[in-house]
Amino acid sequence: MMASTITIEPQTNKNKKREIDKQKDTILEIKDLSIFYGDNQAVKHATFDIDEHAITALIGPSGCGKSTFLRGINRMNDLIPIARNEGQIIYEDINLLDKNINTIALRKEIGMVFQKPNPFPKSVYNNITHALKFYGKRKKKQLDEVVEESLRKAALWDEVKDRLHESAFSLSGGQQQRLCIARTLAMKPNVLLLDEPSSALDPISNAKIEELILQLKEDYSIIIVTHNMQQASRISDKTAFFLNGSVIEYDETEKIFTNPAHGKTEDYISGRFG
Amino acid sequence: MNSKIADRIATGIFTSLALIIVAVLVALFSFILIRGVPQISWEFLTTPSSTVREGGGIRDQLFNSFYILFITMLITVPLGVCGGIYMAEYAKPGKITNFIRSCIEMLASLPSIVVGMFGLLVFVNTTGWGYTIIGGALALTIFNIPVMVRVSEDAIRTVPPEQKEAGLALGITHWHTIKTVLIPSAFPGILTGAILASGRVFGEAAALLFTAGLSTPRLDYLDLNPFSETSPLNIFRPAETLAVHIWSVNTNGIMPDIREIANGSSAVLVLSVLVFNLLARWLGSIVHKKVTASK
Repeated sequence: MMASTITIEPQTNKNKKREIDKQKDTILEIKDLSIFYGDNQAVKHATFDIDEHAITALIGPSGCGKSTFLRGINRMNDLIPIARNEGQIIYEDINLLDKNINTIALRKEIGMVFQKPNPFPKSVYNNITHALKFYGKRKKKQLDEVVEESLRKAALWDEVKDRLHESAFSLSGGQQQRLCIARTLAMKPNVLLLDEPSSALDPISNAKIEELILQLKEDYSIIIVTHNMQQASRISDKTAFFLNGSVIEYDETEKIFTNPAHGKTEDYISGRFG
Repeated sequence: MNSKIADRIATGIFTSLALIIVAVLVALFSFILIRGVPQISWEFLTTPSSTVREGGGIRDQLFNSFYILFITMLITVPLGVCGGIYMAEYAKPGKITNFIRSCIEMLASLPSIVVGMFGLLVFVNTTGWGYTIIGGALALTIFNIPVMVRVSEDAIRTVPPEQKEAGLALGITHWHTIKTVLIPSAFPGILTGAILASGRVFGEAAALLFTAGLSTPRLDYLDLNPFSETSPLNIFRPAETLAVHIWSVNTNGIMPDIREIANGSSAVLVLSVLVFNLLARWLGSIVHKKVTASK
């Protein structure tokens, strides 16, 4: 009897664990989020949960508010004086839109990679150590380790290990973008916000970035804005479809692309507009 | 008229205008250098000037020019760059900022003689310093700060906004991003502004006539105590610069070799500006390469 319970117990646990895996934890809770530029409402009452260790794709036609939404999460919209938020974004029980939030610490925790590769006009090495030095890491050995680790994670180490002290601008566009990802990873963020990270790159670099994003899913929660439907369906777990600032549909990517609940979603993904 | 002919005519006009400009420049330079260079000798550069006798040199004037340039840039560059940072990064667009910008532009177009008179009133009389190097440097600072602010602001603004976003998105503060990302990127532009401002300092006479004066005390170049009266480093002594010397020799010189001194001094002035520009650009590119790791 005893022996059998012991053998049965872990099995039920395993089953339970599988269920938990399927029902992922939430990393960001978006609650009735609206973002305004002056009188223009760019994001309208968005409410949905973003899963931990998953890739969430934001799709929709240009100007639908998906980039604004993404930049709302790490408060990059604060740079625009006329931008204003309503609602809440809950991360680890705190509202990121709170006025008293230390945006500097927040952006370290929630990293961002932009559409156009934007390495600093410094060497490959210094691109990665730049922010680390600001946070007080100055020991050469420690920095060397982080540089190698982040470049390896970004699948760039083998290509640049012999040219760490050359200008980042001497790298190809795809390498520059992976350097930007490495630079963000070096800060050890929890969430990665990717704003069309491969739209400015050639197909081969694009494929490399996609492969990389899939690998990064193991350790990070990723939100990606993309115009590329194939990309969204290939790599994401969940997809949110934005239209005119509203989230029209948010579901498992598979469902969105095979059996969307909303007619407009179907029109958009089948290329009828946008 | 067909567009091909119009295009040719336009090309012709612009090419000839460019040629005229180059011709004027070449003529001017060769005139100054052909007349002046034969006068330049080691002796001319290393003997003090004489008010009455033949054979006076320009040792002190040359030193004064560089020294005033140095002191002026020491004040102008930090203030100007800070002003530029404020205008580019912190000033909120609106009436006050526009007003500040108009003030800067007005200051930039102020005639140098007016700046000189203002300097006489404030830095010479009100302070009671008399004619001093520091008075001259401050007058030249007023004269140069608008240019420096403007150039720095433009240089910072031309840094792609993605660079700034990159810094901020990594969790670096605004100020640190300005300091370590924007300024290094804007450095070539700021350097160009500083070189332009230096050229103005070097060639300026009117603003210095009434502030740094028309005379230089007897100097002992071995005396490096900046508080000593005979030290060349003393900033509270009058100092005639090369440009002022050319003006004063030409207008009220009584030495027999006025022509030679004026020609020689002019050539030295032109060559100094040239050498200074080349040196500054060379040093600047070394610094820039070092910071950006570019080749």
